[in-house]
Amino acid sequence: MKRTPGKSARTALTDNATGWLMMLPALAGLTVFVVAPFVLALGMSLTHLRMGSPLGAQFVGFEQYLRLLQDASFQRALINNALFALGVVPVQTLLALGLALALNRPLRGVAVFRTLFFMPVVFPMSLVAVVWILIYAPGPNGLLNGVLGALTLHHWQPRDFLHDPHLALPAIMLTSIWQGAGFQMVILLAGLQEIPRERYEAAAVDGAGPWQRFLHITLPGLRNPLIFVVIVTSILSFRVFDQVRIMTQGGPLDATTTVVYQAVQSAFDRAQAGRGAAMAVVFFVIVLAITLIQRRLLRTEREVR
Amino acid sequence: MRRVALKIIHYGLLLGAALVFLAPILFMLAGSLKPDARVLSEAGSWRALVPDGITLENYRAVLARTPFWHYLLNSLLINGLIVGLGLLINSLAGYALARLRWRGRDAVLGAVLAILVIPFEAIAVPLFYQLSLLGWRDDFSVQIAPFVANPLSIYLFYTFFLSLPRELEEAARIDGAGPLRTFFTVVVPNARPVFASVAIVTLLFYWGLYLWPLLMTTGPAVRPLPLGIATFFTLPPLHWGQILAFGVMMVAPVLALFLIFQRGFVRGVASSGLKG
Repeated sequence: MKRTPGKSARTALTDNATGWLMMLPALAGLTVFVVAPFVLALGMSLTHLRMGSPLGAQFVGFEQYLRLLQDASFQRALINNALFALGVVPVQTLLALGLALALNRPLRGVAVFRTLFFMPVVFPMSLVAVVWILIYAPGPNGLLNGVLGALTLHHWQPRDFLHDPHLALPAIMLTSIWQGAGFQMVILLAGLQEIPRERYEAAAVDGAGPWQRFLHITLPGLRNPLIFVVIVTSILSFRVFDQVRIMTQGGPLDATTTVVYQAVQSAFDRAQAGRGAAMAVVFFVIVLAITLIQRRLLRTEREVR
Repeated sequence: MRRVALKIIHYGLLLGAALVFLAPILFMLAGSLKPDARVLSEAGSWRALVPDGITLENYRAVLARTPFWHYLLNSLLINGLIVGLGLLINSLAGYALARLRWRGRDAVLGAVLAILVIPFEAIAVPLFYQLSLLGWRDDFSVQIAPFVANPLSIYLFYTFFLSLPRELEEAARIDGAGPLRTFFTVVVPNARPVFASVAIVTLLFYWGLYLWPLLMTTGPAVRPLPLGIATFFTLPPLHWGQILAFGVMMVAPVLALFLIFQRGFVRGVASSGLKG
């Protein structure tokens, strides 16, 4: 790669060959494992393709999508994902914000608390799901039933959380909140530390109380991290799979089934490739819509390239 | 006086929250060290969170009843290669996008940013069909190859290299080094923090990966730990003490890494977040 002395003084060289060479491995990987299946899903969702069937792919237009939207289980999955987002997003965001505010002070032991709150994030979801099955154990011997019994002076009737159609989804939500809150807290804490101290000092001089300072300095200063946390948590609510598969298998009576769970079921258990592909596309459209909302919200603040 | 009271309340709230966050972890640890029969009988009382009558019997039973070491080695192999190969390939790509001028660069950068919004769950099922058609399944490579090239990693490298001062690279180029040599001799040694952050974020995500190996693998021969615990949990006879012991051993490596490299973890997560 030696260059002639005359050229080497120019630093704004064009490196066409080398640029492509350095980009190529990553580009090849993304093409084969992301772009190709994505295009394949779009194509497959317009057919009656079944894995292992000799009939091959018959073009049926949007029939798979129409059928999906009329399918009771899939409707239930969409509703469950929406409920999941409505439940988890506000609770987890407020919890993470509360923890971040509590830790954004010069207190002794802050590092230890931050470690504790973040610890569940490094736990694999499959393990978290299994441990929480035991926490939700039915009867007075279950940990959560025991805690609730103690808190209500034994007025609590022990429940079978994961087999109760009304409690199973909230139970999975609680598990997810416990696992994920530390992640959001870290992002909000980083955001809090980027707010210049001078603003607070100036406000204190002007006689603003703690509540006013929170409303007029902290919240506006946290605008982008808060938007990010809300959007990411919303997207995660539509990506839920591991907990459902391990804790409830989508039951009881589809009470906890989700879009991704349905897609995996149709792929795995019934070899309905066209249907599974259509579900993947619907799922992607939902995620894309949430992402575009985020871009729009953040663009008013700064140009996202 | 009021100051002291406020401080006490503040610490009280933090301690309460810490107990709630810690309870499931203590429950797991205490249960794994108890005689198996007492895990369920004590689960409804405060004893559930306190290890007493400590025994390693559950751990011995796990190692006897399950191929735990095998699962662990599978996980280490799969994640080691995803992280290692990923650092190489994605840093090269990030550097090409941030620093080199080549025809088509802007289009490729746009494509990488577009791919960034496709979640893996949208790809998993179609990719399962695609690779099944090729007959590629049930080995290590099918659990590694799809995750090596990673748009988030490329993006994190790209933004880091953009912020790196140019002087060192320019000096190397004037001395006649090509872009590849400049990258490996000058840029990489000065980019350790971003390599650490990307490694951590990658490991955090893929160590617990469950959906993909569930779709693509069948036997314990190539399956990683997350499937190990899910399988063990469905095997009669159900011994909760042993399941919890399996869990403690499964999370120990990542937890140890987290406690040693805490700063890197938190910084990696925060940087992947704030740049969203």
